[in-house]
Amino acid sequence: MSLRIENLAVDLGEFKLQDINLTLEDGDFFALMGPTGAGKSVLLEALVGLVPQSAGEIYIDERKISHLPPEERGIGIVYQDYALFPHLSVLDNIRYGLKFQSREKSGLKSNAERMKVVDDLIPLLGLGHLLDRYPTTLSGGEQQRVALARALVVKPDILLLDEPLSALDPNFRQELRTHLKNLHAASGATFLMVTHDFSEALSLAQHAAIMAQGKLEQTGTIEDIFRRPTTAVVADFVGMKNLFKVEFSATKACCEAVEFKVGRRPESGSGYIAIRPEDLILSKIPLISSLQNSFKGRVAAIRSHGFFYEIDLIVKTLTFTAVITNHAFFDLEPAVDSNFFLSFKATAVHLI
Amino acid sequence: MRKESFLWLTLASSFVVLLFVTVPLLRMLTAPSLASLWETIRDPEVYRSIWLSLYTGISAAAICFVFGTPLAYLLARSEFRGKKLVEAIVDLPIVIPHPVVGIALLGLVGKNFWLGRIMHELGLQIVGSPAGIIMVMTFVGLPFYLQAAKEGFASVSPRLESVSRSLGASMFSTFIHVTFPLAWRSILSGIIMCCARAISEFGAVVIIAYHPMIAPVLMFERFQSFGLSYSQPVAVWLIVVCLLLFLSLRLIGSSSRKRESRGRA
Repeated sequence: MSLRIENLAVDLGEFKLQDINLTLEDGDFFALMGPTGAGKSVLLEALVGLVPQSAGEIYIDERKISHLPPEERGIGIVYQDYALFPHLSVLDNIRYGLKFQSREKSGLKSNAERMKVVDDLIPLLGLGHLLDRYPTTLSGGEQQRVALARALVVKPDILLLDEPLSALDPNFRQELRTHLKNLHAASGATFLMVTHDFSEALSLAQHAAIMAQGKLEQTGTIEDIFRRPTTAVVADFVGMKNLFKVEFSATKACCEAVEFKVGRRPESGSGYIAIRPEDLILSKIPLISSLQNSFKGRVAAIRSHGFFYEIDLIVKTLTFTAVITNHAFFDLEPAVDSNFFLSFKATAVHLI
Repeated sequence: MRKESFLWLTLASSFVVLLFVTVPLLRMLTAPSLASLWETIRDPEVYRSIWLSLYTGISAAAICFVFGTPLAYLLARSEFRGKKLVEAIVDLPIVIPHPVVGIALLGLVGKNFWLGRIMHELGLQIVGSPAGIIMVMTFVGLPFYLQAAKEGFASVSPRLESVSRSLGASMFSTFIHVTFPLAWRSILSGIIMCCARAISEFGAVVIIAYHPMIAPVLMFERFQSFGLSYSQPVAVWLIVVCLLLFLSLRLIGSSSRKRESRGRA
């Protein structure tokens, strides 16, 4: 089912959510991203109905739910710490929600049908051997899967996931990503996931929104947000390390003494430009190419990240960060204080 | 290796404190002969008073449980203006001298106040009745129950309740299925504390109801009229019965938890 949030506001005194407008299509997998303290979790709690909203409306399809208590909304939530009931076995945790479902609403007419949902989910999440165990004896990944099963048994219209993978051992993340993907496909529910990990969002979600300081900064496809950030906050968050404040004139942008050629004509006199580090090309001699931006710079720092290197170059007064592969690193043999040329396309310059 | 003298000091003072608590109790428990214990428990006045102490104490704890549980939950879960004041008020019975409690309650239900007169007209006997004893015991036991239950509720993560709500359970169902079972251990502790406090009350009860006599009042009377050796056996019996009661409550409480602890093993 689709989820529509209109002008939602939450006032918690010290913290506010304002003007939240968001639409999730039916069956979407949506990633809500942003720095810590942006209000992502507050937004989730407001959707579930656990924090009071001060303005706005929430709809599931055309059903208005913003005035309903949590138990009548049809929105499930999986918390970061899983929040399993410690006094119930795994099976009783999974079945917990069934006894509260009214038959008409859930569309699960008979007990047999309800049990079938349980029976289908258990193998899908690989929980068969854990049913008699208690939550405190389970590993993080197992708890996570139980929490997912428990939330999905009641067939929620929307499932909210609060940083589902962040508390897990990195080795198990890939496995749970696969589980999440399969579950999303199998359940047909609309998923809204909070994360601060871009690779997680890229591998799972179709659409995303970036949130900062209680407001949505940008909403769109993952690709759009990653490639075309519309605000400085978003650019900073998604890793656009080369962010400069510039004055525009025609198709040029000037920052201090450096002049950039930009692809499209900007609208206003001043603003930001952002360039992804991997879009910068390093060379020992000036390149004769169609690249419109080429600067001479001095290497200021080199950082190894295992599979790639980050290199800081100073061009006049600006510091650029470029990313090159290990292979390119050994070809170029950059050293601190050596001179290099830095080139990039005009279209690689994002106007913000 | 030479132990530091401070360590010796801590050990010595611990020893003194333990002796201070255990020696008088051991002395009292061992003072009466078996014959006098046997004779005492066959005395109808003694077992009536112990029985009265028990059932009024249990009734007081039950009343605290019924009326105190919602309040304890509220205090554990919500922040509101004046919460500190409410907490201070419910703790008052701990700090008020016991005879003052008795006098305050007597002022309310005695015949020189309209409430007491109305109750008397209706035939509700408070002064000098088990009802009056239960009222006093509830008053002095309530803070002990509230404190324990509040801590129990506070230790249950609100997220568990949130999840339960999102799975379709109402606030009440959530309380019954999640919050209460998880806080049960603390609640049981609170009931036992409250009951123990109620049974031990003397100063306030004696003002509201000298008769019928609860065990502490009987002990006092025997001490006054006949001397120490006549009140000691009553004290022993009261302690034994109370220990049995609290032990069985603990056992009941922990047996219902067994499944869980087995799962946790």
